[in-house]
Parts: sequence; C-alpha cells; structure tokens
Amino acid sequence: MKKNKEKRNLISIEILGLILGLIWIAPFYLMIVNAFKSKRDIFNGVLGLPGSLQFDNFVQAFIDLQFLQSLFNSVMITGLSIAIIILFSSMAGYALARNKSKTSGVIFFIFVAAMLIPFQSVMIPLVSIFGQADMLNGAGLIFMYLGFGCSLSIFLYHGAMSGVSKSLDEAAIIDGANRFQLFWHIVFPLLKPISVTVGILNVIWIWNDYLLPSLVLSEANATIPLKMFFFFGQYTKQWHLALAGLTIAIIPVIIGYFFAQKQIINGVAEGAVK
Amino acid sequence: MRNRSFAFWLFLTPVILGLSLVVIIPFIYGLFYSFTDWNGLSATQFLGFENYIKLFHENEFMDSIWFTVKFAVVTVILLNIMGLGLALLVTRNIKSNNLLRTVFFMPNLIGGLILGFIWQFIFISVFGDVANLTGIEGLNGWLSTTNTGFWGLVILTAWQMAGYIMIIYIAYLENIPKELIEAAKIDGAGSFQRFKTVTFPLVAPAFTVSMFLTLSMAFKIYDQNLSLTNGGPYNSTQMVAMEIVKTAFSDNDMAYAQAKAVIFFLIVAVIALTQVYYNKKREVDL
Repeated sequence: MKKNKEKRNLISIEILGLILGLIWIAPFYLMIVNAFKSKRDIFNGVLGLPGSLQFDNFVQAFIDLQFLQSLFNSVMITGLSIAIIILFSSMAGYALARNKSKTSGVIFFIFVAAMLIPFQSVMIPLVSIFGQADMLNGAGLIFMYLGFGCSLSIFLYHGAMSGVSKSLDEAAIIDGANRFQLFWHIVFPLLKPISVTVGILNVIWIWNDYLLPSLVLSEANATIPLKMFFFFGQYTKQWHLALAGLTIAIIPVIIGYFFAQKQIINGVAEGAVK
Repeated sequence: MRNRSFAFWLFLTPVILGLSLVVIIPFIYGLFYSFTDWNGLSATQFLGFENYIKLFHENEFMDSIWFTVKFAVVTVILLNIMGLGLALLVTRNIKSNNLLRTVFFMPNLIGGLILGFIWQFIFISVFGDVANLTGIEGLNGWLSTTNTGFWGLVILTAWQMAGYIMIIYIAYLENIPKELIEAAKIDGAGSFQRFKTVTFPLVAPAFTVSMFLTLSMAFKIYDQNLSLTNGGPYNSTQMVAMEIVKTAFSDNDMAYAQAKAVIFFLIVAVIALTQVYYNKKREVDL
C-alpha cells in the first residue's frame, strides 16, 4: 500500500518536472520554429509550425553575422584569456598558499577585496587609460580579462592548494628540482580538477560578455555577442532574420554544453558554494 | 616560498600587473576624477562634491536606483523560491532528474544579451498573438509600459538564473544525511513536516549564500536590460548599471558618470560585505 502511494507520488512529480522542463525550453522552441518561417508566416502567427522551411533566413543571417569571423574572434579571445588566467592564477595561488608571511596575506586580501568592485566603477578610467596606451584591441582585452578574472581564480586555487601535500614540495626540492619544475611537473597536474572549474567559470563569463568588448573592440574584430548586437539593430522589424541569427549564435554553446554538461554543472556548483 | 625568494615574486608578477592596471589603478584614478570636471582625457578644475550633489538631485539617476532596488527585492525572493523548488524536484528519485537539471540550467550558459533578444520576441510577438487568440488584452504591449517592462525583466532574469540558484540548493540538499530523513519518516512525519523540520533548516545556509549572490547579481545586471527594454519607455526601466554606461558614452559626461559609478560601487560593496559578515557569523554558529 505505502509503496504504491510513494510510486504514484513519484510519477506525479515526474510529470510536473517534465511540464516545467517544457516550459523552460519553450523560448528556444519558439525561437527555432520562427527562425524557419517567412516574414509572412510570422505575421500570420508565431505559435504554429512554419508553412515551408526557409533555410534562406539562416544563410542570410550567417553571412550578415560574418559568423565564421565572429566565431573565430570569440574562440581566440576566450581561449587565450582562459589560458593566461589558468596559467597565472594557478602560479599565484600556489605562491600565496605556500607562503604564510604577512606580505602574502596582504596580497591575497587585496585580490579577494577587489572582487567587491563592480565593472562599471572602473570602466571609464580603464577605457581612458588603455586608449591612451593604444591598447584598445584584442590583446588589451585579453589582458583586461586577466585583471578581472584573476581574483576569483586565485581564490579557488588558493583553497585547492590545501589538498596538495607540502611533503611533495620538500621531496622535489631534495631531488634537485627548482620552483618552476616543481610547480609544473608536480603541483599543476594535481590542481587539474580546480583548473577545470576555473576554466568553466571563466568561459561562461568571457564567451558571453558584451559590455567590455563593446568598449574595446571594433566591429571588424567583434565577438559573437557584440556582432549579435549590431546584427539585431539592423533587423529589428524582421524577426525571421533576427531569430535565425540568434539561433546560429547559440549553436556553439549548445554543442559545448552537450559534450561537457556534467563538468559544467559541477564546476558551477563548486564555484558557487565556495 | 619565502617573500625574499625570486620565485615568489615572479609567480605573482603577472596577476599583480593585471589587477593593478585593470582594476586598482583605474579605480583610484576614477575616484579622484569623480571630484573634477574630467572629460575622459583631462580635467581642468577640482569640483569637490559638486558631481555627487548633482546626482542626488537627478530624477533619472534616483529613479534608476529605485527601479534597481525594486527589481533586486523581487528577483531575490522569486529566484530563491524557484531555485529551492527546482532543486527539491530534481533531487527526488525520478528518472528524468539529470535531464531536467541540464534543461533548467541551460539559459545560464547563453549570454544575457542573446536571451534578452529572444524574450523581446516572446513579449512582443508571442504575447501579442496569444492576446489575439485568447482575448486577454493585458498581454499586449509588454515592454511598452514601465510596469510590464519591469515584470518582463523579472521573468527573463528568473528564467535565466533559477537554474544557477538550483545548483546551489542541490549542493546543500545532497549533503543532508539520509539517516535524518529516514528517522523522521520512521517517527511518522509527513512529507511537508519532514521538509519543515529537517530539510528546510538544513538548507538554510544555502539561502544565505544564494540570497546575497542573487542580490549582487540583480544589482549588476546590464546586458538583459539593454537587449530587452533598452531602458525604455522613456528610461523608466533603466537600471543603475545601464544609467552609468549611458551617462558616460551617450552623454559623454565622464566625471559625472564616474561619480555615479562610485555610488554604485558603494551600494554593491555594502551588499557584498553584508554577505561576508553573515557568512562569518554562520561559520561561528556551526
């Protein structure tokens, strides 16, 4: 009796969950369905299926978004930023965690405290300084991502270092390794799980960032969100093209999510709970 | 690694350079220039608190703060209810729980700018069509009034972020010892009672974490605001973050925008420090 009741309960919860899930993806469904419609189809109604599939929408959006170029820009900027954030933050996290002096404590505190500063509070002088140094370009942007991303990353690496035994350091030093060899060959590989977390958290943020690239990059070097902004402005009253463009723009994310959903969700959980 | 060691400083140099040039120096620079008539390149005179006095008398800026505060209060409450609800749902022993986690979390991965555009379509076209079909007039013209624009932003944010908050609650829910739930069951507690007396008190720390996280998130929202309503109609749905960008780059009023940015920093810092304070207090309790 009791088992049956529990089972029925679970079934109703399952159904409730599936309904909620459908509601959750409804916006994406509406976007994709209407991206396949002609302008007239959309005018006649957005809820039904398309009368005929308009692949032309995607072709034109693909061309106008200069999609391959924007994708390349996004991949380069995100990839290089993540690489230097992981590289330099792990080194810093290691150095700070292994040094228990007052200086090191103060430096760590400054990094953590800097997380309090919202982007808008430094935005105007940042653009002004980098503009005067002629650094409002891709390289400048990647450096800015290091500056904005290193605090949280160092914080996470610093925490993870407590799981790396100090005796490893001693053993390696006795064996004649210097600090760099020790870090690269022994410590860094052990930090791999936290590197994945740091990478995921930063990818989500940098890949999707709009405001900073909009202040730094020209349209020719635009990342996907920035290009999307220009593209959308061009097609405000033409939903069939605008929606096709939006669909194309999120495809890389969906593919990435499909392959790494477990790591992504775990990475976010780890970053959020700390 | 000793302070004097060459390796110690070498390991820290890149991030120290990054943080100083990107955050700390611009922050100090900005703080100083907010007291002048800076135009982004040079400043000719020191104005004292003039910019600050002006901003407290500017309706547009004060309205944007008020709008942001209202938005933050509503989204914090909503996001925590939704996040906990979804977490309770997907931690039950149902077949689709992994699929559902993936689905609920998905909007988080797609940037706020793109999500705002998708919802612009939904609020304008889909809501319009549904209004025609059902005769519910209220669905027409969302985003064209302040009130519905506000709720549009709330719906967008709730849909986007609930999955993120869900993840935090899941982490805490999964740490509840199974024996406690079993014991309560044996004692004859119904599922509501079990939730009230066992589950809820044990996930309360997740609430502290996620409340302040959502609060600072809500205060800093920009992309969604830009792509969904662009602050309209008549700047009435413009949040503080967007107000600052507009003052700086549309009105070209750099020193004044920077003064607003300093006030913005103070608000966000107070929220974040309160978070640290509460977290510390909680740690002592444990």
